[in-house]
Amino acid sequence: MKYVIRASVLAFAGYVAGIWLTVAVRGGSPTDEVAVVIGYILALTGWLAGIGGIEAFGRQWIGKSSEVSTDRGWRRYFEFSVDHKVIGIQYGVTLIGVLLIGGISAMIMRIELAAPGSGFVDLDDFNKIVSMHGILMVAVAVAGIIGAFGNYIIPIQIGAQDMAFPRLNAIGYWLIPPVAVALLLSPLLGAFNAGWTSYAPLSVTNESGQILFNMAIVTFGMSSILGGINVITTVITMRAPGMTWGRLPIFTWAGLATSVLSFAVTQFFAAAVILVTMDRVAGTSFFQPEVGSALLYEHIFWFYSHPAVYIMVLPGFGVILEIVTTFARKPLFAYKAVVASIFTIVGLSVVVWAHHMFTSGMANFLHGPFMILTEAISIPTGVIFLGILGTLWQGRLWFRTPLVIAFGWLFNFTIGGITGIFLADVATDIHLHDTYFVVAHFHYTIVGGSIFALLAASFYWFPKITGRMYNETAGKIFGIWVTVAFNFTFIPLFWAGMNGMNRRIGDYPDAFAGANKFASVSALILGASFLLYIGNLVYSAIWGPKVGPNPWNARTLEWLIPSPPPQHNFTSQPVVIGHPYAYGVKGSVHAHFPDAESPDDPGDGRGSDEEGVLV
Amino acid sequence: MALDTTHETPSTEPHGEYHQDTSFQPKANRIGLWLFIVSETFLFGAFLSARWFSTGTLKPEELNQTLALGLTIVLLVSSISAYLAETSIRFNHRRNFILFTSFTIAMGLIFLGGVAIELQEAIHAYPPETPYGTSYFMLIGLHAFHVVTGLTGLMIVLVLGIKGHYGSDDYWGVEGVVKYWHFVDLAWVIIYPTLYLF
Repeated sequence: MKYVIRASVLAFAGYVAGIWLTVAVRGGSPTDEVAVVIGYILALTGWLAGIGGIEAFGRQWIGKSSEVSTDRGWRRYFEFSVDHKVIGIQYGVTLIGVLLIGGISAMIMRIELAAPGSGFVDLDDFNKIVSMHGILMVAVAVAGIIGAFGNYIIPIQIGAQDMAFPRLNAIGYWLIPPVAVALLLSPLLGAFNAGWTSYAPLSVTNESGQILFNMAIVTFGMSSILGGINVITTVITMRAPGMTWGRLPIFTWAGLATSVLSFAVTQFFAAAVILVTMDRVAGTSFFQPEVGSALLYEHIFWFYSHPAVYIMVLPGFGVILEIVTTFARKPLFAYKAVVASIFTIVGLSVVVWAHHMFTSGMANFLHGPFMILTEAISIPTGVIFLGILGTLWQGRLWFRTPLVIAFGWLFNFTIGGITGIFLADVATDIHLHDTYFVVAHFHYTIVGGSIFALLAASFYWFPKITGRMYNETAGKIFGIWVTVAFNFTFIPLFWAGMNGMNRRIGDYPDAFAGANKFASVSALILGASFLLYIGNLVYSAIWGPKVGPNPWNARTLEWLIPSPPPQHNFTSQPVVIGHPYAYGVKGSVHAHFPDAESPDDPGDGRGSDEEGVLV
Repeated sequence: MALDTTHETPSTEPHGEYHQDTSFQPKANRIGLWLFIVSETFLFGAFLSARWFSTGTLKPEELNQTLALGLTIVLLVSSISAYLAETSIRFNHRRNFILFTSFTIAMGLIFLGGVAIELQEAIHAYPPETPYGTSYFMLIGLHAFHVVTGLTGLMIVLVLGIKGHYGSDDYWGVEGVVKYWHFVDLAWVIIYPTLYLF
């Protein structure tokens, strides 16, 4: 805790110093945006120095050796720990917390929307709550799976003891709390009401909370880029002997593809908000109508934010594919085609951004190409679905909570994908643009595709991470509850959107009252389901029954080591000798430990198939 | 910074535990640095495309072409001396390393000084409110920020080199900083024609 306290003190001191310095040099008020920017930068520097940056990096720059905390026990979760498992849990807990805060803001919005007219919150506050909900949930979707499970699982799956750059990994995590604090404190400066998209020129002229939003985005972007570089380097250089590319577990493939995207495009969101910040504090005029162009913002912004939906959903594909092959007890269908499709999506995702701009006044000749490229993405996505369905086909399904949620995911993402085609098509998009059809569509893809996968992953890897089993009955009830409530919430919104209900506005015509009341009641039921989720996981993490290393009889490397894993993951060098998903193939082994000394370490790939079904 | 990423294992290990072979680390450092540079390239790409999108190749008459050409030459020369510094430390010529690194830093400081003079002129001739000035100040500012970080890195390796760190078997710190410095120069090689020549 002492490092967190030191970091908080230094961050506060940095903020005050920045404000004081700016006011001293150029005069003006302490809430001027220049002062806030300088204050934020110094506060962030102070925070990183305080949390352990001095020990980890600063000492090395003056020629001393670096020191990192080696505490065990609960203290390490509040320190600059370089253990990828600790960082994974830090990410997971932080982002689940952010998910709940974002969920509360969603509940406030749905209460306001339960009836036409403005009653619960006034319409300007509604805009601010929408914006806050948007950015918090985007953060959870972007970093949830890859931050928590990517950090925890990927190094173990490839047989490594840690990430390639452990300290950089820790910096990546410790950049997240300042983001959350900046966003949640922005109401002190008037909050931000331009939506998470922050379209210029509104974001150039609105209240100063926007500055904190911009700073938070840049910080979050740095975290994503550093994390992406780390995962790519780790997977390229640190695979265990025998872990060839053709034997890489599918979640690792998905994490790698996600990282390629996030290190290559995250800069563009940062660049867009930096331009907005410059327009606000430095007097430039990128988005002033007479000099610059608001379209510029949309182009740069969507150049990140369309690939970002694949940053959100690709790790989801990886999680669901892992779960499906484990619980269907069958080899992963079309493994190579699925991997190829994941990377086809990575390639295509960066050439489709302008489909968000069909009604923006962009040149007409661009509409056709972007429509076709966007619809082309459904081909690799379809191949991935084929992989999932082919694996399930004729399997003897073992219905545990992860698989139940995976089925919910499959249903939701199918609806999300199909409705996406209507939005990619220029003719229908011009009608549906900025309606609740879009809202329902992206909730089906992002919640359905990313958050559901996050939930499924948190049940699937729960026994590995905690060494205890969650409550199966409560888990299954939650899985069904969340799927049904989610569908009841968003299905009516398709109808409302097709009939012209505008998004982002806290009021609507009386004709949509029925659908909205239904959606609001369902949304509150959906929100309540998360109490069961949190309750189940927290209770089980403390009092749940202990489990062995491999409760699912799975085959990838993380299931061949004790639960929870020892400090350095492996007690002897793992050697990979077979495909990870050859369930039901007699005598096949994924990996073994030829140097294992202790008798209770079998060294023969405990995950080999005992219960599997022969195809 | 992504430059300095050596994996230090914590010192209090239970004795005799298995450790993964660390021979991957030099390769990992290089890959990580290259990925960081690619990532930075995309960042510059975003700002450069903002310039092309909003003003195309528009540029004012008052540009100080002589000074800009001079600064370009200074920066390119500094890249050569940075390379010589890296080569010197690889062959354990510490005196040459110190000489060339100091020369590189001096060139970098001259560049920054030149940029300061340019900005003084620019703020009157084409202020940030004008179409050209908007892109000009953004790109020059972004690049100058990278020059400052590069110079900071060079100064750190210079001081450590004077203190006796680095050698033919351990020059990753120097190599990383020098590669980053080459990137900063290359960025200028793209920014210079974008702002002054086309």
